[in-house]
Formats: sequence, C-alpha cells, structure tokens
Amino acid sequence: MSGDTIGLLADSFMKILIPGLKMTIPLTVLSFSIALFISVLVALIQFADVPVLRQICRFYIWFVRGTPLLVQLYVVFFGLPSVGIMIDAFPAAVLVLGLNEGAYCAETVRSSLEAVPSGQFEAGLCCGMNYAQIMWHVVLPQAFRTAVPPLFNSLISMVKNTSLAANITVVEMFMATQRIVGRTYRAMPLYLEVAFIYLIFSTALSWLQRWCEKRLNHYGGV
Amino acid sequence: MAMLEIRNIRKSFGENTVLKDISFGVDKGDVISVLGPSGSGKTTLLRCMDFLETADSGIMVFDGEEIDLAKASRARQSEVRKKCGFVFQNYNLFLNKTALDNVTLGLTSARKINSAEARERGMEMLRKVGLERRADRYPNQLSGGQQQRVAIARALAAVPEIIYFDEPTSALDPELIGEVLSVMRALAEDGMTMVVVTHEMGFARDVSSRVMLIEHGLIVEEGSARDFFENPREERTRAFLRRDQNN
Repeated sequence: MSGDTIGLLADSFMKILIPGLKMTIPLTVLSFSIALFISVLVALIQFADVPVLRQICRFYIWFVRGTPLLVQLYVVFFGLPSVGIMIDAFPAAVLVLGLNEGAYCAETVRSSLEAVPSGQFEAGLCCGMNYAQIMWHVVLPQAFRTAVPPLFNSLISMVKNTSLAANITVVEMFMATQRIVGRTYRAMPLYLEVAFIYLIFSTALSWLQRWCEKRLNHYGGV
Repeated sequence: MAMLEIRNIRKSFGENTVLKDISFGVDKGDVISVLGPSGSGKTTLLRCMDFLETADSGIMVFDGEEIDLAKASRARQSEVRKKCGFVFQNYNLFLNKTALDNVTLGLTSARKINSAEARERGMEMLRKVGLERRADRYPNQLSGGQQQRVAIARALAAVPEIIYFDEPTSALDPELIGEVLSVMRALAEDGMTMVVVTHEMGFARDVSSRVMLIEHGLIVEEGSARDFFENPREERTRAFLRRDQNN
C-alpha cells in the first residue's frame, strides 16, 4: 500500500467515523427503539387476537414487508411534501427505518410468544393470575429470551440499512464517504474503509448479543 | 351438603363427545380417585372444573354457590379458581422462575400478598414437600419428581379448598413416582380435599376415600374405595380391575 493511500485513509478515518457516531448510531438507536415498541404492540395485538386491530396489524406487516425500504424512504421524504406533509430528513429516516424494521420484529416477537408452551399460561390461570399478570411475569420474559437472537439480526441489519438514508440527504457515514470520494476520486480504499467501520459496529453488537444471551440463559435450556 | 357438586356436565370437541352427562359430589376431606382408560374423558372433566376448558353445559355448586360451567364470566372463573389448586401431568412450572418464585408468584401478583410474607409461606410449602433446599433452583435444574413436588407446593400456597390432580405421576420415571405419591398421601392425611385423575391403582385403593370409574364420558361405577376394589357392582369395573392386575 502506498504512503499516499495510508495518508488518505488516516485523514479520512475521523471524517467518516464522526458522522458514524453522530448520525448512524443515533439513527439506529432511535429507529430500533421505535421498531421494538411497535413490534411488541403489534405482536401482543395479534397474540390476543383483538378484532379489527389485528387486521390492521396484518395489513401493516403485509405492506411494509412487501415494499422496498428505499421506496418507503422516497415516498415519505420526496412524496409526502406534495400532499403538504413536510418531514425533515433525519426524522423521516427515523420514522421509516423504525416502521420498516418494526414489521419484521413484530413477526419475530409474535412467533416467540407463540413458542411459549400453553401450559405456562394455564398454570398462571390456575394460580389465580389474570391475563396481564401472566403475560408480564411468565409469557413475555420467556418469549423475550427466544426473541433475542433474531432481534439482534434485525438490529445489525438496521445499522447497515441506515446507509440508505444517504439517499434522502441524511449525512451519515456513507454519505460522508461519498463526499470524500467525490473530492479525491479514490473510491476503492475509501469504500473499503467505511465498510470496515460498519464491520466494527456490527462486531460490537455481536458481542453485546452474546452477553445478553448469557444473561438471559440463567434458567437453562427449555 | 356437599362442598362441591357437579351436575350434568357435558363437553364435546367437534364430533367427539368426551363428557356425556356426569354428576357427582365432593365432601370436605374427600379424596376422590378418578380412574378410566385413556381417552375416557377424565382429564377433560378436571379441566372443565377449573375452566381450562369450557364445558358445553353443566352446573357447579361450590360452597352453596351455583355456577354455570358453560357461561361463567372471566371474573367468576377466576374467583372459583382462587379456591382451587391444580397440579398438571407435566408440572407446568414457570420456567423462568425459581422453585420459590413459582410458589410465591400467584400470592404476590394475584393475591397482593407482600413479598416477605409470601416468601415465608413459600418456604413453608417447599418444606412441606421436602424441597426447601432447592428453593433457588430453576425447574430445568430439578428432576421430574422434584418439579411435581414444587407444583404441589405451588397449589398449596394459595390455601385452596380443593386440589385437582391431573395424572400427577404419569410423566414421571417409575423410580420418581413414589416421592410424589407420598407427598399426596401426606396431604390426604392432613385432610386436604382432593380429586385425583390417576392410573395408580395402589394410590386409589390405599389413599382415596372414594373411587370413580369413567368410560366413554360416563361414570361406570362410583363408591367407597373398599367397595370399588373388593366388591365392584359392575361387570365393566371387574374387567377394568382384572386388566390392571394383568399388567
């Protein structure tokens, strides 16, 4: 590797990492929080078989999973202003990423709820507990443990999906890299560099996943 | 007057009629063994009595109060359940709770008993079933027999008027059956009212006060344990007892 390339990588590293820390990470954290909230709500509605709301949830999942994330970003950021709804780039990205991942996570959470043996619920009833008490103390904690690995899948893919927000003018890591490439015409080293930073973020999350699974595994295999 | 009475309970699953028309009474302190071949409806009967299944029709009279088994509201069901304990064939301990928490969860959440008092009562119940030293273990760290004893402690903790046992030893290895039966025997001697669906003839003969044979959703014969085993009235009962002897 020429000294010239090394200098370029060193110069650009912080210029890419800082938007990563200031944009990519907050975007991920906010969007994933929304996704988690939506997913638990949507999963509980389906699990409890609430009429009407259940159909709305199915429609939401069907629509979101059936359309590309990039198209959803464009509809919200470039499309909605034509009907008078203007949303800034960052909140638009948070909203779309959250709604998008929420649909996938909802299916994860629902299947985890359904995986809890029905005897657990019956035992709760026989102890005199009501629906909410059983869900809170028994079913949700068990479902959550089952859901952790696939939820981390979603979280890690969300970190990478934030790069799509560059398309709607959010200056996150990828957009920052594109700008440097625009000035220097050194596409190969710079795109590899940003890929490497994404890899660092994902690796940290994999470690976090392992730690969480260990913490949640205290009561042994099922 | 009987403490608990079941009148004309019926239940079908689709085309399959499981309970045709069953009526019986339970007096305080009774230990009733419910026998019958597999698929005879004994488990369904017990589940309908604790509202885990909804009967198609039938009346329950509990402490003089009449309850429609088919139409009881959720609140009513939960009221009745609070007077009953239920022990499952496959234990159904809360997998995410320790043995002690299994026993106390119903007390702290459903009955709003403070945690110190619940803990104390929980330990007392675990002592009763000989497991106070396993209080901090999770179900998966316990043997089947130990899990079932915790389940009995959990049922006892709520100070029920009656405990239903649904084939409590059927999922256990033969060498673990004894420890569960001896806990149940001790309960019977303490005067606990129990309805036990079982295949354990020894328990039915030696511990229960009354025995009921069910087949095809009907009671074939019902009577004191002594009459049932030594002097059965029905030919079907004799055949049932003979087959068991041959096994």
